[in-house]
Amino acid sequence: MLLTVLTTVSRWAIPFLLLVIPIYGYCKSIPVYETFVEGAEEGFYTAIKIIPFLVGMLVAISVFRASGAMDYLVRAMMPVMAAIGAPPEVLPLAVMRPLSGSGALGLATELMRAYGPDSMIGRLASVMQGTTDTTFFVLTVYFGSVGIKKFKYALITGLTADITGLVASIYICNRLFG
Amino acid sequence: MLNVIWLLLLASGIVVAALNGHVELVTQAALGAARSAVVVCFDLIGIMALWLGIMKIAEKAGIIRSLACILKPFLRRLFPSVPPDHPAMGAIILNLSANMLGLGNAATPFGMKAMQELQQLNRGDKNEASEAMCTFMALNTSCITLIPATIIGIRLSFSSLNPTEIVGACIFATSCAMIIAVSLDYWFRTRSHWRRKG
Repeated sequence: MLLTVLTTVSRWAIPFLLLVIPIYGYCKSIPVYETFVEGAEEGFYTAIKIIPFLVGMLVAISVFRASGAMDYLVRAMMPVMAAIGAPPEVLPLAVMRPLSGSGALGLATELMRAYGPDSMIGRLASVMQGTTDTTFFVLTVYFGSVGIKKFKYALITGLTADITGLVASIYICNRLFG
Repeated sequence: MLNVIWLLLLASGIVVAALNGHVELVTQAALGAARSAVVVCFDLIGIMALWLGIMKIAEKAGIIRSLACILKPFLRRLFPSVPPDHPAMGAIILNLSANMLGLGNAATPFGMKAMQELQQLNRGDKNEASEAMCTFMALNTSCITLIPATIIGIRLSFSSLNPTEIVGACIFATSCAMIIAVSLDYWFRTRSHWRRKG
């Protein structure tokens, strides 16, 4: 029931905003088309401004992944996973999640294909994928768009949140589905 | 911090590839990623232009400001350095709502708008993140998605008996992450205040 409501809301959200905002603006006698174009131009420059930041970050992450260095990190972390009661198969996903959105989605899909979506591994992969965000990507893009090069403590906060989300996913999956 | 992580990712990758005798993988990965970063940004241009255009209308019509007013009491505690009726607050609210609804495409432009507004308020070094930016990032990266649509879709495609059964678990796990992120951010923020005074 609640889910149906939520799905309907997210299906209607974008058409609703695209309808209501321009109409409201027009009623307030704003030149809607000209204002739109003015704002859209900003969008263009913002997207272009991110490119150097994203190139730097994606190249480093991609080299780390493709070289096999990430696999060593995963292997080194195996005992930790066993200690908190998680199947070791999901560890690559946990390491990939903050680094690369498409990479994590690929791994989650592969886990569900191999073990089935209703297995413990499949469910845990789903919850992990639905829980945390691609912290590195988000920070790079958001800070990059305004030219921020020093992230201060934002990265530590984001990564701690990712680890918390991972541990909480394992805990709740063991409780609900274990 | 970021300098060290970036260097570690890059250098450890190259060393491992060299030791395994696959150093050519580094070249492929680096050039491929550089290209795909540009592709991602080009894909962003259209979406960014669309939403920032709509945002501009909303801003001039006063919608962003009124949005900020609704959640004022809540946001004032999280962002003490931002004036409560500043447009940055409205953009933050739009970004978080879009995130919750799982509208990633709309969330990014709203978030960048929020960042631009916060950058204008940034009184310190313009190359360094302000406290309000760090709080916003903590909220954004740990934000709850009410319907993880992509993952439900994948579960469905592998014929799960109950594709949506994971939603409750996701909300629980994200709430834990969010509580930790906001508390940690608060701790860092108050500590740096304390340092400055001391």
